[in-house]
Amino acid sequence: MTAGTRVEVRTIIVNGEAVMTAAATLADLVAERGLGGARVATARNGTFVPEKARASTLLFFDDHVEIVSPRHGG
Amino acid sequence: MNAPQLPAKATTGLTLYGVEMTSRMLIGTAQYPSPSVLASAVEASGAGVVTVSLRREQARGRTGERFLELIQALGVRVLPNTAGCHTVKEAVTTAQMAREVFGTDWIKLEVIANDDTLQPEVFGLVEAAAALTADGFKVLPYTIEDLSVAERLLRAGCQVLMPWGAPIGTGRGLANPYALQSMRAYYPDVPLIIDAGIGAPSHAAQAMEMGFDGVLLNTAVARAGDPVRMAAAFARAIEAGRAAFESGLMGVRDMAQPSTPVAGTPFFDLDRK
Repeated sequence: MTAGTRVEVRTIIVNGEAVMTAAATLADLVAERGLGGARVATARNGTFVPEKARASTLLFFDDHVEIVSPRHGG
Repeated sequence: MNAPQLPAKATTGLTLYGVEMTSRMLIGTAQYPSPSVLASAVEASGAGVVTVSLRREQARGRTGERFLELIQALGVRVLPNTAGCHTVKEAVTTAQMAREVFGTDWIKLEVIANDDTLQPEVFGLVEAAAALTADGFKVLPYTIEDLSVAERLLRAGCQVLMPWGAPIGTGRGLANPYALQSMRAYYPDVPLIIDAGIGAPSHAAQAMEMGFDGVLLNTAVARAGDPVRMAAAFARAIEAGRAAFESGLMGVRDMAQPSTPVAGTPFFDLDRK
């Protein structure tokens, strides 16, 4: 599969829920969810992906993505 | 905000990772009835550090930005936690995400053994502490009052230890004061902060009288009928306990001893029946 040659829709797990997406990269996914430019952090398959690496992080079928943001805590 | 008047912030003599603290109280930001009560309670506490967390963001949510604005307006240092993490990998990844989002390399490291007791999983805790220290983090570990675990955490690079008073959210106070006292005596120069289990200002005062360097609490304030007054009550208890420790507490005796001088007691020469 080569990203960008055609739109592929695949299922990935985002924050624990199965999601159908055409996003090729983690940056695309964040934008698709309306979180572009938002103060969020991401991980793919349990590994931290810094903001600057999101655009080069390709998504594959059944990937587990976490998108988190600041919240109250103890 | 109608926070009670407290003395102006001053330095306390407590330094954590090279940063001079303005208060010996650290306070959590969870479970408050409203954002404004949270803000008023933090202000009333005088705390210089608040704990925060990361949670999954909803699509188009941007909830995190509103929360971050609220916290930034308080002008306090944030201490992100890894609450809810049960494995080294979860904790390390969460810490890395927290560093990016909150812009701090301080992390309250929690690796939890089980959900009923919320007790630290100490083997994973040590491993995660070492990994995070190597990655440049300033780790503040939520640990147990065990010297061998403490030793491993210090060797892993932790410069602060946060032993529990009792399990998170129980409000039971200092469940094992003997072991905590031992820990204090064994590490006179390591900043030790009681984290979790504090339910009443008297618990916090007890910890401070024992010579602990600070107290981290959340539920006891957030769930109080009046969180803002409770925050102020804790602030005073922590100050009082610290002042008592620095002043030198009297020892405990088995036998009574009069505090009024015996010499010159009236009727002293009378035969008492």
